[in-house]
Amino acid sequence: MLLHVGRFVQNTISRKLWLPPFVLTACLVAMQVAASQAPQSSVPPAGQQTPASPVAAPPPGAATPAPPAQTATPPPRAGLNIVVLDPAHGGTDLGARGTGGIHESDIVLDFAAQVRTALESQGFQVVQTRQGNANPSFDDRSAMANAQRGAIFVTLHIASTGTPGTARVYVMNDMAPGADATGLIPWDRAQAPFVSLSRKLGDHVQGLLAQRFKGSPPMAQTASVRQLRTTAAPAIAVEISSVTVEDRAQLDHMAPGVADAIARGAAAFRPTYVVPANPGERP
Amino acid sequence: MILPRWRWWFVAALFLAVVIAAIYLPILRRNIKQAATLQQRSEEQARRELTQPTVINPSDPKVKAKLFWASGADDGTVSAVVVELPLASDPVLRSKQVLNTLLAGPVDTELRTLPPDAALLAFYLLPDGTAIADFSEALGTSIPSGIESEQMAVDSITRTLEANVPQVRRLKILIHGQEVETLAGHLDLSQAFVVYANAPVGPRAATSESPTPSSVAQQLTPAATAVKLAASPDKPATKP
Repeated sequence: MLLHVGRFVQNTISRKLWLPPFVLTACLVAMQVAASQAPQSSVPPAGQQTPASPVAAPPPGAATPAPPAQTATPPPRAGLNIVVLDPAHGGTDLGARGTGGIHESDIVLDFAAQVRTALESQGFQVVQTRQGNANPSFDDRSAMANAQRGAIFVTLHIASTGTPGTARVYVMNDMAPGADATGLIPWDRAQAPFVSLSRKLGDHVQGLLAQRFKGSPPMAQTASVRQLRTTAAPAIAVEISSVTVEDRAQLDHMAPGVADAIARGAAAFRPTYVVPANPGERP
Repeated sequence: MILPRWRWWFVAALFLAVVIAAIYLPILRRNIKQAATLQQRSEEQARRELTQPTVINPSDPKVKAKLFWASGADDGTVSAVVVELPLASDPVLRSKQVLNTLLAGPVDTELRTLPPDAALLAFYLLPDGTAIADFSEALGTSIPSGIESEQMAVDSITRTLEANVPQVRRLKILIHGQEVETLAGHLDLSQAFVVYANAPVGPRAATSESPTPSSVAQQLTPAATAVKLAASPDKPATKP
C-alpha cells in the first residue's frame, strides 16, 4: 500500500525536483521497512509481557489493548515490578461531576501523573491505561494488567460523596473461585484468586492514607467494583472525596499525599507478593 | 442604482420572513424539547402506574420492618430503622412493599440511599430464592456517582430484603428491564448479590457472586455457592 502511494508521490516529486527515480524508490523502501518494524519496538522488554496468558480471553467486543507505553526506569527487578495505573472514566464518561464544573475524569488524570512519578521513584515501572481523554472499556483496562507479569493494579476515582479531604481504598468482595478444567482463570472472575493479596495491598495503602488524611478509615473496605472483578492481579480502587468541594485546589492539594501513600504502600507490599511465573497466573 | 418597486417589496418580504423565523424557530425548538420531555415522563408514569399497584393493605398484620438507610456516620455504612408496617405474607408482595417504603426514604432525607425519583418497576422471585428487582432508570442516573454511594444503595436494598423477606437468598438488579454493567459507573450490577438471610453476625458489604452468562435464569442457579460472609441486621453494615 505504502509503495502504491509512494510511486504516485515519487512521480510527482521527480517531475518537480528532477531527482533520479531510483533515489526516491530507495527512500520509500527504507520507509516501508521502518514502518513494518515499528510495532516491534514498542513491545516491552522481554520477561515483562508474554503472549501466553492463562487468563481466559476477554468477552467478544473487547478491543485488544494497545501495547502500553512504559517508562524507562532502573533495571527490572525480580518480583513485583510493574504498577498498572488506571485513571478512571474519560472520553464522554466524565464520572462524578461537582457543582463547580469539576469532573472526575479530569482530576484523576492529574492525580495519575503525580502517582506515576511517586511510583517511579520507588523503582516501579508504570503502565497507564489512558494518557489523555480516552475511555477504554473495563475489559481493555483489565487486559493491560492481565498481560503483565508481577504487576499490581490501581484504579483512581473521585467520589461525589464522603467527607471532603478523606480517601478510601476498596478491594473486591470475596469471590467464589471459578472452576475451570483447563486451568484458565475465567475472565469474569479473574480477581478471585487475588482477593486476599488485594486486601493486603489495600490495607498497606489505606493505612498510609489514614495517617495523612484525617477521617479516612484505617483499613481497606470491600465493594463490588466492576473494574476490579476482571483484573488478574492484586488490585485496589482508591477513591478521594470529593467533587463537591467548591475549589478544585482542595483536591489538588491532596494529590501529593495520595501519590506518596500509593507508592509507599506498593513498596511495602512488594516483599509479600510472590509473583507467578506467567502473566495472570494464580498467585 | 435604483431598484424597481417590486424588488423593494420582495427584499422587504424576505427580511420580514427572516426576522419572523429568527423569533419563531427558538420557540419551536423549545416546544419540541418540552413535548419530548413530557412524552418521556408520561411513558415513565404510565409504566409506574401499570407496574406498581403494590399498596400497603391496612388489613395485613402490622410487623416491625427493618429498613436500612445511611447510618449518618459518613463512613459508607447503613443502619436499620424499625418501622411498623402492615406487610403481606406473600414474599413477592412483601418485597415490593418494603422496597417501595425504602424508596420513599427516611424522615431525615440526608440519610437517603436511593434517589427520590427512582421506582421499583417489577419484582420476581424464582423458586431457588433468587429475586430479580427491576428499577427505573433514575436509580442509575440520579444516584451520586461513586463507589461509596453506589455500594450504600445496594447495601440498603439487600439488607432490607434480608431483614424482612427470608425467602430471598440472592438479588439481581435490573434497570428498566435491562441487565446493566454498573449502577452509575462503578458498582458491578452484572452479577447477583448474595442476600444473607439467616446469617449470623459479622459486618461486611453485600457480596456479589457468579459471573454473567447469557441469561438471568442461567446465571442465577442454585448451584452457585453463597459466600458465607455474615452480616447482622441489627448492626450497621460496615465495610472493613
